[in-house]
Amino acid sequence: MKRRSHFTPARIGVYGFLLFAAAFFLAPLYVMLTTSFKSMDEIRLGQIFALPQAFSLNAWRAAWSEACTGVSCEGVSGGFWNSVIIVVPSTILPILIGALNGYCLSFWRPRGANLLFAILMLGAFIPIQVMIYPLVKLEAALGLYSSLPGIIVVHIVFSMPMMTLLFRNYYAAIPLELFKAARIDGGGFWRIFVQLMLPMSVPIAIVATIMQVTGVWNDYILGLVFAGRENLPMTVQLNNVINTTTGERLYNVNMAATILTSAVPLMVYLISGRWFVRGITAGAVKG
Amino acid sequence: MKALLRRVTPWTALLPLAITVLVGYFGAALWSLFISMTSSRTFPSTNFVGLEQYERLFDNERWQLALHNLAIYGLLFIVACMVIGFLLAVFIDQKVRGEGLLRVAFLYPYAMSFVATGLVWQWVLNPDSGLQNAMQHLGWKDFTFDWIIDQDMAIYTIVIASVWQASGLVMALMLAGLRSIDEEIWKAARLDGVPVWRVYLSIVLPMLGATLATVFVLLSTAVVKAFDVVIAMTQGGPGTASDLPAKFIMDHLFGRANLGLASAGAMVLLLTVLIIVAPLLYARSRRKEART
Amino acid sequence: MSGVKISDLAISFAGNTVIAGLNLEVHEGEFLVLLGPSGCGKSTLLHSIAGLIDVSGGRIDIGGEDMTWAEPSERGIGMVFQSYALYPNMSVEGNMSFGLKVAGVKKDEIRRRVAEAAALLQLQPLLSRKPSQLSGGQRQRVAIGRALVRQAGIFLFDEPLSNLDAKLRAELRHELKLLHRKLGATMIYVTHDQTEAMTLASRIVVMKSGVIQQIGAPTEVYEKPANRFVAGFLGATAMNFVSGQVRGGRFEGALSVDLSSYAGKPQEGQQVVLGLRPENLSLDPHGPWEAQLQLLEPMGSHHVAWLRLADGSELSAILPAGSAVPPEGPVRIAADLNALSLFDATSEHRV
Repeated sequence: MKRRSHFTPARIGVYGFLLFAAAFFLAPLYVMLTTSFKSMDEIRLGQIFALPQAFSLNAWRAAWSEACTGVSCEGVSGGFWNSVIIVVPSTILPILIGALNGYCLSFWRPRGANLLFAILMLGAFIPIQVMIYPLVKLEAALGLYSSLPGIIVVHIVFSMPMMTLLFRNYYAAIPLELFKAARIDGGGFWRIFVQLMLPMSVPIAIVATIMQVTGVWNDYILGLVFAGRENLPMTVQLNNVINTTTGERLYNVNMAATILTSAVPLMVYLISGRWFVRGITAGAVKG
Repeated sequence: MKALLRRVTPWTALLPLAITVLVGYFGAALWSLFISMTSSRTFPSTNFVGLEQYERLFDNERWQLALHNLAIYGLLFIVACMVIGFLLAVFIDQKVRGEGLLRVAFLYPYAMSFVATGLVWQWVLNPDSGLQNAMQHLGWKDFTFDWIIDQDMAIYTIVIASVWQASGLVMALMLAGLRSIDEEIWKAARLDGVPVWRVYLSIVLPMLGATLATVFVLLSTAVVKAFDVVIAMTQGGPGTASDLPAKFIMDHLFGRANLGLASAGAMVLLLTVLIIVAPLLYARSRRKEART
Repeated sequence: MSGVKISDLAISFAGNTVIAGLNLEVHEGEFLVLLGPSGCGKSTLLHSIAGLIDVSGGRIDIGGEDMTWAEPSERGIGMVFQSYALYPNMSVEGNMSFGLKVAGVKKDEIRRRVAEAAALLQLQPLLSRKPSQLSGGQRQRVAIGRALVRQAGIFLFDEPLSNLDAKLRAELRHELKLLHRKLGATMIYVTHDQTEAMTLASRIVVMKSGVIQQIGAPTEVYEKPANRFVAGFLGATAMNFVSGQVRGGRFEGALSVDLSSYAGKPQEGQQVVLGLRPENLSLDPHGPWEAQLQLLEPMGSHHVAWLRLADGSELSAILPAGSAVPPEGPVRIAADLNALSLFDATSEHRV
């Protein structure tokens, strides 16, 4: 009997499908990159799948510092730094609070806490539009509306379900005996949290960081409503640059700006690889 | 005293959670519900009008169009994502070489914001300089693809962009599910002479029930929340042809200053989500009970 | 015609040779056990017989036909896996009939075969249940049933009892032996548990690092192990080993033993290791050797006595329950000289 061949038609079909699909998924990235390196003449006369004839970084420079929104012509660099200032506290604080919640729910289990958690989980599904206006009014009353603290508070509120879920599930896998032993050793609520649980939480904290950084950086609607004009995140600025233009649209600048805006989350994804996927799958196992 | 402090500390630690849930979620939802039954326009009013806003909402042509679009968008998006995501996962699971690279190619769009996705696809599907133009340049002089400026077809372009962005996520989740299947079941099926496609159909898919349900719920909630991609890609246009409920609501909350109408729309969205999510949560809790 | 002949088999993974030049003949109707520690290649060998692993050289004949490259389902075999591998969404009946359905067997025939297997394995009351509703022992029976309905001539078992608790394992071991007797089919069974091997096998193949160490009936492998590895692997309480030298027809080491009744032919001056099974040692006030009784472990059905020799080496002896046992301290011991083994100190082969 002959040895089985590895190159069956089925195998070829599998690779064919995958390569074709990969081409579809990579095409927009290809188009973004090539367009950003072309000159406007090339774009006007040529077609989007052509490679740039003369490689130029002008569009990138313009996108960063000269591109015009309806109001001013300062590029998306301002938005970049705004996003950074928003993302950092909006990552650290929700993670800490999520860890605290998860810790409390997993180990201390005060009465009624599980009910709160259940409502929180349900809340994760509620469309934002239900809560936006009340939150606007509330923040206005507290003097937080259209400010940096305002947007950070909103991010804390909306990311609490996911963060709490991540940490609660993670802590649920830690044996209760460990916690009991710590209490016997004399540990109190905060000491156990800070000295025992937090150091053990590094893997899940990495996952949570990746998810928060990506999620907050890519946010549009919350930044649009709550950040205030001086703090508009990069996504909002990007949309302003591209969709509110008078005169000719500078597609190369637009594409460069889009890449710049996507650079941070793409980098996070490419570097974190499997951690990113862990985040997705952990988040999908709700409850 | 110390004992009292010990009892109280967990509760104080949960204060942010309690405030967020009671005020941020519960309170806000109740407030919106209340407003949806008043005649608020630019400012909230306490003039109670019952379900009048809801009647006006469903008489509104733009809202009807938005719902119609939501149905089309929802159906196509969910089906396409699940089929494509499943096929990608199955094919990648066939021990192909370069799996790592392929996964990056399929999943990187999910790392991009909805805004960026919408903008890129707006560019690609632009008739004058995008796909249509390129095809004509390459020789197909009669090729047309001007869906994005076509009133009837604009919503489909949003489907394409969204499917491109989310299929990778479905693939990642399905792949995790596929990989959790015991290797020995595959061996047993091979011993039984079951062809590969039949194994997927009769054995694997039923085993993936929980994963499929989770994916369905995730995609459905994403459909209901779709906003950024519409803004970036078509601004709801041409005109209001590619409008979706989330955008309708936002426009009426801020631009068109009709709080009552907008809140009514928000409540309808909420109800839709609850209808989708409730069965899943119920099934989950039943399964948990069965296990204990 | 359901024997298996393996000629010159070679299997390698990612450049590592796991098995090379292996020859084995499985007689029709026998219960052959592949025994060895983890990683010795026994599972790999079984999987290659099943066709689930590709071989890199050699030949596998099943029922007289060359099946080296045949698909698993074409080899006329049934297989039972360690984790049962039952299809979770199908009932017991579904699990047993799925393969037949796919192969296009007629519905009546399927029903007949399933009923027959169910009767044989006492599965009738469980037919409509799903695997998740069954106990470990029941699931294993269903797995056997699924293999039975294929009406194959050869059954392969991959450590089927390792996931069960001790009591259940003993029960199912008993049932498997009865099953073999009833069916008379060829069975190839992989395990790392020497008790299973001893009780079930008609022949045992002891393997280590991909190489067959010894093939033989259980008593032969137990009483006349071919090398030190086999000697140490078989036996619930391990064999005692004492190093020494052959001088003037005697073994000289911590013990001095008369070799006149030993069947092998050791050379004068050869460095050897003496092997004595604990059950062949006894406490005898007139015995030839002195030792210190350090510890006695009462096991109910017997006692295990731990002894220490003058040079510090330890021996274990199995004493029948109810025998008179002196208190800890100096004792005299004797051995059954017809039941000892000698192994060359360097090659470790039996002398």
